[in-house]
Amino acid sequence: MEIVHVYTKKRNEFGRQCNFSDRPAELHVDILPDPSLASNFIERDPCDIPIQCTQEMSEHEVNTERFESDTRGINHVEGGWPKDVNPQEMEQTIRFRKKVEKDEHYFSTIMQLGSNMEHCIKQNNAINIYQEYFEEEEVVEESEEQPSAKTINVFRDPNEIKRTATCLSWHPDGSCKLAVAYSSLGFQNISPDMSYDSYIWDIESPNKPEMTLKPVSLLVCLEYNPKDSHILVGGSYNGQIAYWDTRKGSQPVEMSTIEHSHRDPVYKVIWLQSKTGTDTFSASTDGQVLWWDIRKMSEPTERLVLDPNKKGNLDNALGAISLEFETTMPTKFMVGTEQGLVVSCNRKAKTPAEKIVCTYSGHHGPIYALQRNPFFPKNFLTVADWTARIWSEDIKESSIMWTKYHMAYLSDGCWSPVRPSVFFTVKMDGTLDVWDFLFKQNDPTLSLKVCDEALYSLRVQDNGRFLACGSQLGTATLLEISPGLCTLQRNEKALATAMFERETKREKILEARHREMRLKERSRSEQSKDEDTKEGDGEESVEELATRTEAEFYEIVEAELKKRAKEQEKKDPVFQR
Amino acid sequence: MSAEVEETLKRIQTHKGVIGTIVVNAEGNTTLITSTKVDYAGLLHQLTMKARSTVRDLDPQNDLTFLRIRSKKHEIMVAPDKEYLLIVIQNPSE
Repeated sequence: MEIVHVYTKKRNEFGRQCNFSDRPAELHVDILPDPSLASNFIERDPCDIPIQCTQEMSEHEVNTERFESDTRGINHVEGGWPKDVNPQEMEQTIRFRKKVEKDEHYFSTIMQLGSNMEHCIKQNNAINIYQEYFEEEEVVEESEEQPSAKTINVFRDPNEIKRTATCLSWHPDGSCKLAVAYSSLGFQNISPDMSYDSYIWDIESPNKPEMTLKPVSLLVCLEYNPKDSHILVGGSYNGQIAYWDTRKGSQPVEMSTIEHSHRDPVYKVIWLQSKTGTDTFSASTDGQVLWWDIRKMSEPTERLVLDPNKKGNLDNALGAISLEFETTMPTKFMVGTEQGLVVSCNRKAKTPAEKIVCTYSGHHGPIYALQRNPFFPKNFLTVADWTARIWSEDIKESSIMWTKYHMAYLSDGCWSPVRPSVFFTVKMDGTLDVWDFLFKQNDPTLSLKVCDEALYSLRVQDNGRFLACGSQLGTATLLEISPGLCTLQRNEKALATAMFERETKREKILEARHREMRLKERSRSEQSKDEDTKEGDGEESVEELATRTEAEFYEIVEAELKKRAKEQEKKDPVFQR
Repeated sequence: MSAEVEETLKRIQTHKGVIGTIVVNAEGNTTLITSTKVDYAGLLHQLTMKARSTVRDLDPQNDLTFLRIRSKKHEIMVAPDKEYLLIVIQNPSE
């Protein structure tokens, strides 16, 4: 049945106001129940209805603003004397004292307290509650525990505009302070409001930095002097080197002159071993390695241009990103470059050409970290592109051990100072990996997501227990790793030595083999060249080479496609039909 | 009466390892010193008050009965009362 109501209105009545009028209710439709429709439905028996008889609750979260507390103290030296007693006058004080001693209450109190006290004194005399029991029993260090790391403290950049924490340095004595250098490494990412300050944090108080360092330009790297814990040297974004004395305040004590400094940001600065304890050297992507004596910052004491052709040509020079120096080998040092080469240099060479001893190639990107193993100085770790590699000084063609290619770029890494087989790496996706190659070579022993943003720097404390990593938003996180990863296991040195030797030997054999093959190739190509000249073809030009390569490429692609089509036919003979 | 007090205190002092004894009253001034440790009085008085208020904050029906501070060199024991404090410094048996 159609329910329709026709509404008509004259055209000239449009736009008029609505005048409503009352009228009685009209019945338009009356639909009576139709029992035959019930046959379309099935009765459901039983019906499950959930009911809950509880109080309705709502959830709210509140977080107060961080409460900043400060400790204050007063020292009570003398006082509490009643008004009429002058504490300076001996007589009055003695008289007061005597009066108190006569008090009844005094007697009873002292008697009671005295007996309490005697009990404790006798206890102390009877037994030493801190005595070491079971000292003779050997402590069995079979740590079956899972390796783990936990965050102890997080130090955030107090400025509004966050900068990357690019370098961390632990205080040399006791490691209770951490110096963090903040800068922005993105190209032209520096805004005028960005603060140039870098901070020294006390690891116990994460809310406020202990000291601020105010350089002229953003600091890219910062190092404590291992001999004098008040001196720090920093390399800045504009190429200058500056040094601070924490006793003298936030301004640098002295800065190097702009004309003699680097032309690019100084990526790494390291203190040298010297009698005066004031020598440092710095590296930058402009291709120079400069030596400085901090007492005289107007000019570098020495300079080296990283030209692989050994001609000292700055245009050819490789940009240096990391430096390595081991105090046990003071004449040698290594430089990691932007181009992926590690250059090993000898400081004491007579001519600049001889300074560059050899290069190690194998990485695809800039080498962000370079460090010798503290227990095996012949082997060093490089962290670059998507892998971390371990090299032996003797094998120049390739690394002896390497990790697989990760999904994220590796940005920094270092060895553990207490265990020869453990090293740490941080990645751009904010994870920290702990590798123990005696335990597992393919994967990190422990992989921990520290934060959501990229991690740029990493430094392990000298006891191997704590490490700090710096992130893109300027957050430095202090982590403690489980004791299993920082105590020397038995036989560890022997096992690590054996592993290094084995891998080195393998690489040596491979290198020899490659050399042989190359010699054969060369002799063969020389032979074929002789034949070619007989035929009169001469060398192929570049275009001919290109067309030939292109033709070969297409041939290979065609062949592959045909092969795949055949395989498809074999797999689905039904489909074919 | 005072003789008993004297005797008790003397007995405490002659125990093995006891270096000094102090009695402090509620206002913080000392009434008996047996060693040149005047500084202890003021400082320990404040500390005891703080400790007592902490104990009472945690449980209002609780009260501080004894306070022992063990340091590398010696042990300081404080027996508090409503009005007085008895402080003894002892070198524990080693």
